[in-house]
Amino acid sequence: MNQQDFEARHREEWARLDEWLTLSARKRPADDDFPRRYRGLCQQLALARKRRYSSGLVAELNALVLRAHHVLYGERASGDNRWLHFLLAGFPQALRSNARLVWLATALFVVPGLALAFACHLDSDMIFSVMSADEVRSFEAMYDPANDRFGRERGAGTDLTMFGYYIKNNIGVSFRTFAGGILMGLGSAFFLLYNGVMIGAVAGHLNQAGLAQTFFPFVIGHGAFELTAIVFSGAAGLKLGGALIDPAGLRRIEALRLAAREAIVIMYGAFVMLVIAAFIEAFWSASAALPEHLKYSVGGALWLLVIVYCLFSGRRDAA
Amino acid sequence: MTVSEPPLDTLLEVEAPEGIELCADLAGPVPRALAYAVDLLLRTLIIGALALITAPVGGAGLGFYLVVSFLLEWFYPVFFEVLRNGQTPGKRRFGLAVVNQDLSPVRLDASLVRNLLRAVDFLPLAYLGGLTSMSASRYFQRLGDLAAGTVVVHRDHRRPHAALPDAPPRVPDAPLGVEDQLAIIEFTQRHAQLSPARQEELADILAAHTGVHGAAAVSRLRGIGNWLVGSR
Repeated sequence: MNQQDFEARHREEWARLDEWLTLSARKRPADDDFPRRYRGLCQQLALARKRRYSSGLVAELNALVLRAHHVLYGERASGDNRWLHFLLAGFPQALRSNARLVWLATALFVVPGLALAFACHLDSDMIFSVMSADEVRSFEAMYDPANDRFGRERGAGTDLTMFGYYIKNNIGVSFRTFAGGILMGLGSAFFLLYNGVMIGAVAGHLNQAGLAQTFFPFVIGHGAFELTAIVFSGAAGLKLGGALIDPAGLRRIEALRLAAREAIVIMYGAFVMLVIAAFIEAFWSASAALPEHLKYSVGGALWLLVIVYCLFSGRRDAA
Repeated sequence: MTVSEPPLDTLLEVEAPEGIELCADLAGPVPRALAYAVDLLLRTLIIGALALITAPVGGAGLGFYLVVSFLLEWFYPVFFEVLRNGQTPGKRRFGLAVVNQDLSPVRLDASLVRNLLRAVDFLPLAYLGGLTSMSASRYFQRLGDLAAGTVVVHRDHRRPHAALPDAPPRVPDAPLGVEDQLAIIEFTQRHAQLSPARQEELADILAAHTGVHGAAAVSRLRGIGNWLVGSR
């Protein structure tokens, strides 16, 4: 069959399919026959190539097949309760199956943090080796017991302002900590160390300066979600780096892609945890009206909740 | 016989489950940078307008502004890639789309990976990292694309089907091989894209066999081309 006969025979069919595909997904009338028509089109493209029809026709059919392919394979699996299942099982399972990386990230964050906390606690000038005098003064002002809100400078804004700030800043840190992992894990390690050092230094310094009774009740509540989520983001980033350093027999690019698929699961969870943390930090932790012991007991309960959740949630239906 | 590297090309060929090869044109750094510039402009306008609206509202307004600016910074591309067929407004403007490497539509996971990793592609400044990665990788992928298994392709839905030139169909003077037939058909179909001088130059290559030159040679080849695609 020559090209013109071939085109004449199928042209109308192609035009119909083209028209159907051009409609937006919602306006498209249901067509149970679509998979069959798609296979027919694939066959026509294969024929056109095999018979060496002109490149214009082949390109046209190829474009049509691509669009149909997109629609056919774009059908979404309906996900009942996928989110709930993810939160109750998928996320903690992903953490546990990457336990070594989570512990490594924890160490990268906690060890230098504790070291700096002790150093700054013992030596009141130590803090100036990691931050400027202005920054130190502003931290001291944030936890002045005379404030009606802790963790922010006087007049920094309302609880809602601070909520927005925590979302933008903390989740941004989490995302960067993850992304840095693709540089052989070095970026993630850097952010973990850096944040550990900064937080440890501030904690040690404020403790030494006699502001422990405002600082620790402030951080304990949201810290349960925030500090852990930063560590988890670091672990997700280290997963990317680990795949590049030791691809375990796969091509590095292949290993990276598989690692990213798993790491992103951890990132969904870290994201949710940081949103929760921002709520607690803006509306609960900052309040000076709440008594210290209440903040400690609620904060302690939240830590317990997070730890139990990470260790045990979803163990029963682990595949 | 040695196994040869596939020729350097900007085509991505994928074998579909239906047993055929699908081809997509990969997009290089320039159209992607232009699309990014359009998106950046759009985002800047939105954030600017939002700042004007929320400024008088005070603390709550500022909080809202910060949340939206966070969402725009990280999720603007994700939103469009997942819900609008892989096309942000900028990509749409330049006919580009993000797809998985097997040419299926991107889902949330892949889109998030490629867009969170922008933070690294951007380093050390102005997407130099991403540009380096695109230049070094087989399919113009920045680091985020490599990790997500995605590519950016040209999506030209409607390539106008060129009308055949007006020349009386003519039986070839000698039997032609498949490659020869194809060359003549392509020559005929591209009559609108090549300058007349270039067409004459090409047609003159055959002068030794046909004995005609210039415009006559062109119309003779067109005639054979018309006959080959089926005109009688």
